[in-house]
Amino acid sequence: MSASEPPKEPVKYVEKQVHLPYCYVAGDYKARYLAALKDKTILGSKCSRTGKVFVPPIVASPESFAPCDELVPVADRGIVTTFCIVNIPVIGRAIELPYVAASVALDGADISIYALVQECAPEAVRMGMRVEAVWKPDGERQGSHEDIVHFRPTGEPDAPLASFMHRL
Amino acid sequence: MDVSRQAAVLGVGQTQHASRRADVSIAGLVREAVDRALLDAGLEHRDIDAVVVGKAPDMLEGVMQPEQFLAGALGAHLKPLIRVHTAGSVGASTALAAVTHVRSGLFERVLAVAFEKQSEGNAMWALSPNLPFMQPIVAGAGGYFAPYVRAYIARTKCPPHIGPMTAVNARENGGRNEYAHLREPMTLDDVMNSPVLWDPIRYGETCPSSDGACALVIGSEDVARRTPHKPAWIRSGASYAEAMWAPGRDQVSPRAGKMCAKAVYDGAGIKNPWKEIDTAEIYVPFAWFEAMWLENLGFCDVGEGWKAIDRGEQKMGAHLPINPSGGVLCTNPIGASGMLRLGEAALQVMGRAGAHQVDGAKTALGHAYGGGSQYFAMWVVSDER
Repeated sequence: MSASEPPKEPVKYVEKQVHLPYCYVAGDYKARYLAALKDKTILGSKCSRTGKVFVPPIVASPESFAPCDELVPVADRGIVTTFCIVNIPVIGRAIELPYVAASVALDGADISIYALVQECAPEAVRMGMRVEAVWKPDGERQGSHEDIVHFRPTGEPDAPLASFMHRL
Repeated sequence: MDVSRQAAVLGVGQTQHASRRADVSIAGLVREAVDRALLDAGLEHRDIDAVVVGKAPDMLEGVMQPEQFLAGALGAHLKPLIRVHTAGSVGASTALAAVTHVRSGLFERVLAVAFEKQSEGNAMWALSPNLPFMQPIVAGAGGYFAPYVRAYIARTKCPPHIGPMTAVNARENGGRNEYAHLREPMTLDDVMNSPVLWDPIRYGETCPSSDGACALVIGSEDVARRTPHKPAWIRSGASYAEAMWAPGRDQVSPRAGKMCAKAVYDGAGIKNPWKEIDTAEIYVPFAWFEAMWLENLGFCDVGEGWKAIDRGEQKMGAHLPINPSGGVLCTNPIGASGMLRLGEAALQVMGRAGAHQVDGAKTALGHAYGGGSQYFAMWVVSDER
């Protein structure tokens, strides 16, 4: 159909893409957290009242309402507390299917992060499995979440369910 | 605010729900629900004192502040108009905001409206956008909740047929609801053999993406006494929220949900919800959440929710019919889904739920949740004050 030819069916909807660029500011804690990823360091913030550690760092605890004014490094390894196996593509994620999306409790942190678990069959992933971060090589890390490519099993013994069921 | 001032549901309206309502614009969709609610309440636009609107975040349709361009369709010109934002629970919070308007004593009749026209955008993208500096959620909305379903199954030893059983029952109920989006029956085998999208969640256990709207007319006690139909008296309502990232936060049975349920039961003078509530419309976007919410809402002890479903207590004609309308598993215009739960609970105690009426329903719970299981809003309605 040429552009000048009128449509034969009544037009009920049109598909249109709207583009609008934004300029975001990361903020102090998030900027320091991201910069540290370049050095293969994961920073958390420690609650001044409870001592609990948040990753990524936040400035005040939603639990105690106290300041989290100390930035502390946490381990780049921990346990899979729970997970799912993704079998359908998600917009904006070019990952080969199926893959494992997991909640990972890093050693030394009181909040879990979302992570991909790779380098093993999806059906081999277990609640309690120990995993470690796989980093981009030196010189390629940009100070972004993508600096951690994924997590992979460490081969260490699994953590017992009771040790993390209260903190998925 | 005179907290003793009563409020009631005078009218309930909803659209025909479908995956794509190409026959109407967003304004037309909203107006369809509004006209039906007003007709149901025996009122006209001029009788309405204020309008409260809710929908999911603007990214779903890509329209900024839609409540403003919808003012005409809502009949809100020269009237107070306010928008409520609480993610997936917004339809329920919007109804509760309208109740607060009435109980304040400043308004006699308030119109609450909630909608989503999901075919005009992409819900999967809008619900898990890749925002700058944010830790990406790597699996979409179903992938966000599936790990907590897995944790529920691990904790309670819930057997694999509970999700499919729930999905089958929802469709059976939806078949009796003329407005529902999905009404075709499914068998246990259909669900069990459907593709696993986010292991452990199967395709047959997920909600659809719908276009639809719901509207409620909430009125004061004086007005409710003069309404053409028997009103649904709002015995109590509450909304609670919790932070996304709190240490030890339990996403399987969130504390905000438990507190919200306790608040509405206390407000309604209910001591044993399992015995005193006749039917419940609860927000179940993935079938497994029905068992999870039965426990979170205090209907069952921890680990007992799936057993109640296994015994069939959630079916029509059984002890506690859950989602007689078919619920979110049959119809999910996100912003409207919470209001549909509250509106359907009201229809049950008004005795006007049609083919999906629960015999003798006197007291009903309406429930919604949203975000990362963070926002909760509920009400208890009865046929008597």
